[in-house]
Amino acid sequence: MNSIVCIKRVPDSEARIRVAADGRSIDPSGVKFDMNEYDKYAIEEAIQRREAAGDGQVTVITVGGDEARETLRQALAMGADDAVLLRADVSLDGLPIARALADEIRGRPFDLLLFGKQAIDDDGMQVPAMVSELLGLPCATVVVSLQIENGRAIARREIEGGHEVVEFELPGVIAAQKGLNEPRYPSLKGIMAAKKKPLEEKDVALVDGGLELVGLTGPPARPEPQIVGEGAEAVPELVRRLRQEVKVL
Amino acid sequence: MADVIAYAEMRDGTLRPVARETVSAARVLADELGGNVVAVALGGPGSADAARELAGYGADRILTAENEAFANYDPDSAVRAIESIAGDMSPVAIVFPASAQGKDLSARVAGRLDRSLASEVTEFDVEDGSIVVTRPVYAGKAYARLRFRETPALISLRPNVFPVVKKQGAGVAEALDLEPGEVRTRVSGIEGGSRERLDVREADVVVAGGRGMQAPEHWKMLDDLVDALGPQATLGASRAVVDAGWRPHGEQVGQTGKVVSPSLYFAIGISGAIQHLAGMQTANVIVAVNKDPEAPIFSVANYGIVGDAFEVVPRLTEEIRTLRDSGG
Repeated sequence: MNSIVCIKRVPDSEARIRVAADGRSIDPSGVKFDMNEYDKYAIEEAIQRREAAGDGQVTVITVGGDEARETLRQALAMGADDAVLLRADVSLDGLPIARALADEIRGRPFDLLLFGKQAIDDDGMQVPAMVSELLGLPCATVVVSLQIENGRAIARREIEGGHEVVEFELPGVIAAQKGLNEPRYPSLKGIMAAKKKPLEEKDVALVDGGLELVGLTGPPARPEPQIVGEGAEAVPELVRRLRQEVKVL
Repeated sequence: MADVIAYAEMRDGTLRPVARETVSAARVLADELGGNVVAVALGGPGSADAARELAGYGADRILTAENEAFANYDPDSAVRAIESIAGDMSPVAIVFPASAQGKDLSARVAGRLDRSLASEVTEFDVEDGSIVVTRPVYAGKAYARLRFRETPALISLRPNVFPVVKKQGAGVAEALDLEPGEVRTRVSGIEGGSRERLDVREADVVVAGGRGMQAPEHWKMLDDLVDALGPQATLGASRAVVDAGWRPHGEQVGQTGKVVSPSLYFAIGISGAIQHLAGMQTANVIVAVNKDPEAPIFSVANYGIVGDAFEVVPRLTEEIRTLRDSGG
C-alpha cells in the first residue's frame, strides 16, 4: 500500500493572530507553528495502511518555505518514509498550490493520496478536491472512517446531521477529519531515524490563480461585554435584555 | 452576459435551507452586475417541482435534473452539469453554499474548470467591474479581502450569514439533459442522519457546553434548554469535551471544529480558549455562563452571568418556556 500525504505548516490553533503592518500578512512574531492538525490524521492513516499491508511507501509532500522542512521531518518522525519540499511562496489562493501538487504527484505510483480536510490558516478546504479533479481521481472529503477491501474504498464523510457513505476504486483521494484515527506522537527513535530519511527539495514557480489579495484585517470588534449579574437570580434580567435590547428571543 | 449560477443544494428531493440563502445572495450579486440568476438543482424524484420555489428568491432560470440516481449527492454528475452549463453561458460567478456538499462540490468544480475559489465568503461586492469578497481566515482571527481577476468567480457562502430574501425572478424552469454518467465517486447512502437536531453551523441558536458541565450526563440540562428555544436551536460543544469523548466531534465549535455564526450563542461552562473564540465570535449575540468571572469567554460575550451552570441553566430553560407558553 503506497500513499502520498500532502501536509502544511500552519500557526498553532492557540496562536494569537495579528495582522502585520503591511496589512497583507500576519505578524509571525510570537506565533508558534506546527503541522496542521488534520494532516496528522492523514499521515497516521497512511502509516497504519502500510503497516497492515506489510509493505509500501509513505511519501509526504508540502508546498512552502524553508521552514516547512521541520514539518516534513515531523512527518518522517511519525513514520513516513520520504519527503518532498516544493519550495514556493504560498498565497491565500488554493488553486496554484493544487496545481503544483498535482504536477508533482502525476506520474508517481500510489494507492491513496491523503490530505487533512482543511488547513487551519487559510481555511480553504479546497486543495484535496481540486487535486482530485486535476488528476482525474475519485475523492472523499471530511472522512471520519475508511475501509479498504480488494482495491475498493468505503469512506464515511461528515455531513450535516449524519454521514455519507462514499465508495470508490483506488487510487483515490481522501481528506481526513478528526476521528479517522488517533495520530501517534513521534518516538525518540522515530525522531532520530527521521534525520536520515530522504528529503528532496525543489523550487517551484507557482502560477498565479484568479484571486488577488486586497488586504487583511482583524476581526470586527465585539460590543462592550456586560455582566448581567450572578447566579440564577440574574436570569430574568438576562431574558429581558435578550428580548428588549437585542431582540433575539 | 453577467449571469450568476447558483447551486441549489437538495437532499431527498427537497431543497436544503442553504439553497434559499444561495439563490438570494446570487440575486443580489446578479443585480449589481446586471445579469440573470440561473439556479441549478439536481435531486431525486420530486426535486424538479420542489426547485420551482426558487423563483420566489430571484431565480430567473431553474435548471433541474431529476433522477433516482441524484437522490444522494452525485459529485461527478454535479460537476459535469455545472461544467456544461458554465461552458454554454460563460457566467460571471458560480455561487455555492459552504455546506458539507457545497464545499466538496465547489472545490471539484474549481479543479475541473481550473479556476480559483473563495471559500466561506461572508461579504461580496462589485468594484470597478470585478468581484471582491471578504472571507475569514485563521478561523476568523483575521479577514481577507480578495479580488477575482478572472471569471467565472467561484464562491462558497458561509451558511447563516446571507439573508433569505423573497424576490420574484422570471423563474423559467428547464429540465437539464443530464443522465448519470461515469461515476468515479459514488455516494451509496446516508447514515445516522438524526434530523432531530440541526447542524451547529446551520442553527439560528446554539447552546454550547464545555468542561464546566463536569460530566456527559449533565447534557440533559442543555438538551432541555435547546428544546425550550425551539426547532431553530441546536447543541454545540467545546474542544475539551469532544476530546474527552463526552460529545461527538460534529458538535465541536472552534478553529479545529466548526465556525458558527448564529443569531444567539450560549457558552455554558466554556472558559474561552483562543481556538474556541475564533469559532464563535461572529455570532450576533453571545451569552456566557461561567463560574469564573475572569474567564476569557466574558470578553466576547454581549451578556454574562457569573455563576454555576447547574443553577443558571434550569432557570433559563424555565424562563424561556414561560415566555414561549405566553406566546412571546
